[in-house]
Amino acid sequence: MKGWMGKFKVFSLLGFVALFLSACGKENLTALDPKGYGADKAMDLIILPTVIMSFVLLIVMVLLVLALIKFRKKKGQEDFIPKQVEGNKTLETVWTVIPILLLIIIAVPTLIYEFDLADDADASDSLNINVTGNQYWWHFDYEGLDIQTSQDVYIPADSKVYFNMKSSDVIHSFWVPTLSGKLDVNPENENTFYINAYEEGVYWGKCAEFCGPSHSLMDFKVVVVSQEEFEQWVADMQNFDPETAEPATDTAAQGRDLFEQNNCISCHAIGSSPAAIGPNLTNFGDRTKLAGVEDMTKEKLVEWIVNPELIKPGNKMTGAYPKVSDEDAELIAEYLLQLKPSEITIESAGGLK
Amino acid sequence: MSTVTAQKTSFAAVLWDYLTTVDHKKIGKLYLYGGGFFFLLGGLEAMLIRIQLIKPENDFMSAGLYNEMITMHGTTMIFFAAMPLLLGLMNAVMPLQIGARDVAFPFVNALGFWLFLFGGIMLNVSWFTGAPDAGWTAYAPLSATSPGHGVDYYVLGLQISGAGTLMGGINFLVTIVNMRAPGMTYMRMPLFTWTTFVVSVLILFAFPALTVGLFLLMFDRMFDSAFFDVALGGNSIIWQHLFWIFGHPEVYILILPAFGIFSEIFATFSRKRLFGYTAMVFATILIAFLGFMVWAHHMFTVGMGPVANSIFAIATMAIAVPTGIKIFNWLLTLWGGNITINSAMLWSLAFIPSFTIGGMTGIMVATSVADYQYHDTYFVIAHFHYVIVGGVVFGILAALHYWWPIMFRRVLNERLGKWAFWNFFIGFHLTFFIQHFLGLMGMPRRYWVFLEDQGLDTGNFISTIGAVFMTIGVILFLYNAFYSWFKGDPAPQDPWDARTLEWAVESPTPHYNFKQLPLVRGLDALWIEKMEGNGKLTPAEPLGDIHMPNGSILPFLISLGFFIAGFGFIYQTVTDVAYIFLFGGMGLALACMLVRSLKDDHGYHITKEELEKEAD
Amino acid sequence: MSHDHSLNPEVMPQHPEKATLEGKNKFLGLWFFLGGETVLFASLFGTYLALKNSTAGGATSEELFGLELVFLMTMLLLTSSLTSVYAMYHMKNNDFKKMQLWLGITGLLGIGFLGCEIYEFYHYIHEFGFTFRSSAFGSAFYTLVGFHGGHVLFGLCWLSAIMIRNAKRGLNLYNAPKFNTFSLYWHFIDVVWVFIFTVVYLMGKVA
Repeated sequence: MKGWMGKFKVFSLLGFVALFLSACGKENLTALDPKGYGADKAMDLIILPTVIMSFVLLIVMVLLVLALIKFRKKKGQEDFIPKQVEGNKTLETVWTVIPILLLIIIAVPTLIYEFDLADDADASDSLNINVTGNQYWWHFDYEGLDIQTSQDVYIPADSKVYFNMKSSDVIHSFWVPTLSGKLDVNPENENTFYINAYEEGVYWGKCAEFCGPSHSLMDFKVVVVSQEEFEQWVADMQNFDPETAEPATDTAAQGRDLFEQNNCISCHAIGSSPAAIGPNLTNFGDRTKLAGVEDMTKEKLVEWIVNPELIKPGNKMTGAYPKVSDEDAELIAEYLLQLKPSEITIESAGGLK
Repeated sequence: MSTVTAQKTSFAAVLWDYLTTVDHKKIGKLYLYGGGFFFLLGGLEAMLIRIQLIKPENDFMSAGLYNEMITMHGTTMIFFAAMPLLLGLMNAVMPLQIGARDVAFPFVNALGFWLFLFGGIMLNVSWFTGAPDAGWTAYAPLSATSPGHGVDYYVLGLQISGAGTLMGGINFLVTIVNMRAPGMTYMRMPLFTWTTFVVSVLILFAFPALTVGLFLLMFDRMFDSAFFDVALGGNSIIWQHLFWIFGHPEVYILILPAFGIFSEIFATFSRKRLFGYTAMVFATILIAFLGFMVWAHHMFTVGMGPVANSIFAIATMAIAVPTGIKIFNWLLTLWGGNITINSAMLWSLAFIPSFTIGGMTGIMVATSVADYQYHDTYFVIAHFHYVIVGGVVFGILAALHYWWPIMFRRVLNERLGKWAFWNFFIGFHLTFFIQHFLGLMGMPRRYWVFLEDQGLDTGNFISTIGAVFMTIGVILFLYNAFYSWFKGDPAPQDPWDARTLEWAVESPTPHYNFKQLPLVRGLDALWIEKMEGNGKLTPAEPLGDIHMPNGSILPFLISLGFFIAGFGFIYQTVTDVAYIFLFGGMGLALACMLVRSLKDDHGYHITKEELEKEAD
Repeated sequence: MSHDHSLNPEVMPQHPEKATLEGKNKFLGLWFFLGGETVLFASLFGTYLALKNSTAGGATSEELFGLELVFLMTMLLLTSSLTSVYAMYHMKNNDFKKMQLWLGITGLLGIGFLGCEIYEFYHYIHEFGFTFRSSAFGSAFYTLVGFHGGHVLFGLCWLSAIMIRNAKRGLNLYNAPKFNTFSLYWHFIDVVWVFIFTVVYLMGKVA
């Protein structure tokens, strides 16, 4: 399989280079530069039909242009009445049979890949992450590891990681274009697929099923680190105990008190907890982005705490907590930003590009 | 009654005439006016969407408004622009093509139109109270739980207009089966009539699925049922199935009439018989048939499993075969012909590469594994705009240029027509070609904003520029329509040296169409007579009395009743006053239906003497 | 296009319902309409089948359904279909009085069916608290069976309207198609019920 696909890749390069010029899109977001098994397989099946169908398009264009050049009405022949041809059995058979053959060439690898990607026989031996899609954030629960994160999910490179996904409200869709195709996150059933990332890196994830006003802001990141780094990250996360971990500074300590006073904790867990009403904040200080899309700065965080509606319209935090003053918000921000339980961060994966 | 033409017409009289008409030609025009209006509205919405996306993180409009905009754009264009424009063309042309004096149920025909119009108004009234914001596909549970009344308007608007469309479908079917002129066998029917026939079958079998889906959504939103409420055991995937069991045939409902149009135009302007007529007919039927068993290719990422995905992928690919047959038959119709290139022909010629690209990406999205990448991204947006704009809109514009002389007694201006074409054509490719790549570069559809520094800026900017050109093209076309109306000369009966029966009717078309039903002696009935030097059709019957249906205001009133009742349904959740509207509206509609059922309506006769007098 | 035909000829043709173009159109139009209705009910059946076990802890189909009443309803509706056949037989023999008689019986049987259905729904709501809103199963059940009941009700209104309207003037080529299309519609309702009986009640009781 790989062999003849490889040849197609060479072919396609020629065509694609011309089309894209230099721009294939943003690294770690585009589907055109696959760095995971699913995306790789999809890329094969993007290229194959493109090549075949471009060939068909070419034939159609040549025939059309030739017909127009040769048979356009000529001066002095306005009244010429062409032969009224009814049809041609041979020709009609040809353009019935050849498309069928071309479609078989596309269909066979489609079926093989379809079943290949759906094969989840080794799911129980692999890392399983239970994903919950929420308006407008992602909850990740590492099965059997007592670790929960939000927005950023850390996985080891070069191994199959299974994502078992369900929605808590409307339908979402989990899409990391560079690593794999997408799968819907439904409220009524659990959908499972795996990601096998070839390279370390921080990959952009998008919600791909229309889910409300902030659908376009429901980004997440997949942080792919080496196996060793991942193991250390797991250990660090497990060792983190919010009860004993002292905030780094006095202001942060004040922030923690405010966090508790304002009852933030009723939705946002810090440390391992089954609660998932709001995002888990255990490693908040290491997050790539604030709320998935904004730069992780103190100013933005204060803005968020005071009025999240400005950043994510329709989010469920707005109005669900008592009003927080700017000063208090700054202290809370101070506290949250120093929540960095692990040495392993996005920098270990090369940082967010 | 019978001397409509002679009357001096005041505005009120014209208005009353159109409100009560059951004449397929006038209803056809009404569909065109209504559909044209909604097309402009949908186009305006599209332009606003493109302005919002001209640069990253734009704050031109809010997230909520943007979602309303995309929902209304999709819904308006599919249900209230493309469908009625096509139904209008079918109404205006199909009865003439088969040599009939009207459709089988003229009253129902009028009812179908008024239901469509009131449905469209219903949907757009929502702009004043908060428009639907769950996408034109209205996936549950988002649609079932969307706050406000937007989605309610969507449900009621589509329900009312859908009933009208269904009636139209049945009407055309019966017309074509029962009312063909003597000698007009099935295999002598022009391709446009054939596609009207096949599309009517599609309407008949596809729309009820939408009707049920809309009922379920309506019950969930207005009467607290639990179809899509997961907590009570509901299942939101049911909506997706019902929607696409309707929705995929809907695509063919739109594209097949366009295929019919192009078949007529290519044959006429190549002065050549349509190549492979029989194959074209069977390809149409095959596409329609397969169109019913591929709906789940819209749902590859839902998690149906590899078996279901494979079956639907293969079935979808199979549709490429009959479609390919059509493309090559058109090319071979051109081949060896004596080709005239005018505006109608330009739109048709441009269709071939545009639609082939749409078909090519169609195969790509049918490839399920690759569709995991394409699905719900701008790739899909690009794909279906290539099919629907490059196929359906090009088809409608080609048809308007082609049949304008029959419908409006004018030939559209060629210069303006070509300017409109080139602006729209270039703008179209500029807008949508780049979107294939935007999708693959990681831009999902229905994104209110795209982020900075994600490599999506240039593509989106180009796309917006293209939309401007498309807008200019549409404005030029409109200008052309008015210009020809006021400045143009009356068109001759057969300006294109055409082949089919609709051009054998005297100009302007009398309201009874044919004084004597024509005798059809083969495919391209008029062409045969021209080649044999007759120039016109032989009558199949002696001159005699013509039976005509009476006009009626009831279709308008019935539709108005349902329209009023719609508001009742929407607001009964808020206030009991709404029940007045609900029962009042339903009462009006049902009472009018009862009147229709109980009051004898035998129509009237145009006598032989009157016909002879008119001839003088 | 027939010219100046009399709607009350001396001798009625063999098939008065299809003697005129209008009659033929009505006949064919109704058949097509029933094709659409088939898809409508198929969609409702599909929805019901998908949701029939989604009781959300409420009453299940085994607990609810009593086959005795449903059997009675089936008999009523099947018989009414038969009586409408008799009515059409007499229409073709141009025997207006007997046609009206059999149509009347058809209507009475229909009313009997509808009465049973109303009692059935009442029973479920009051004995089991099983409503349209209690679970997805409830919604699907009442929607499917209710749509059918609505069709029966519409048929009864239609029947009474044409019976009363034409009571005094007898049969002619203008109203014969109306009686005939009603009869077709009524058969269709009957067929749908057979499916409801099987899919909803029998399968609900057995499974």
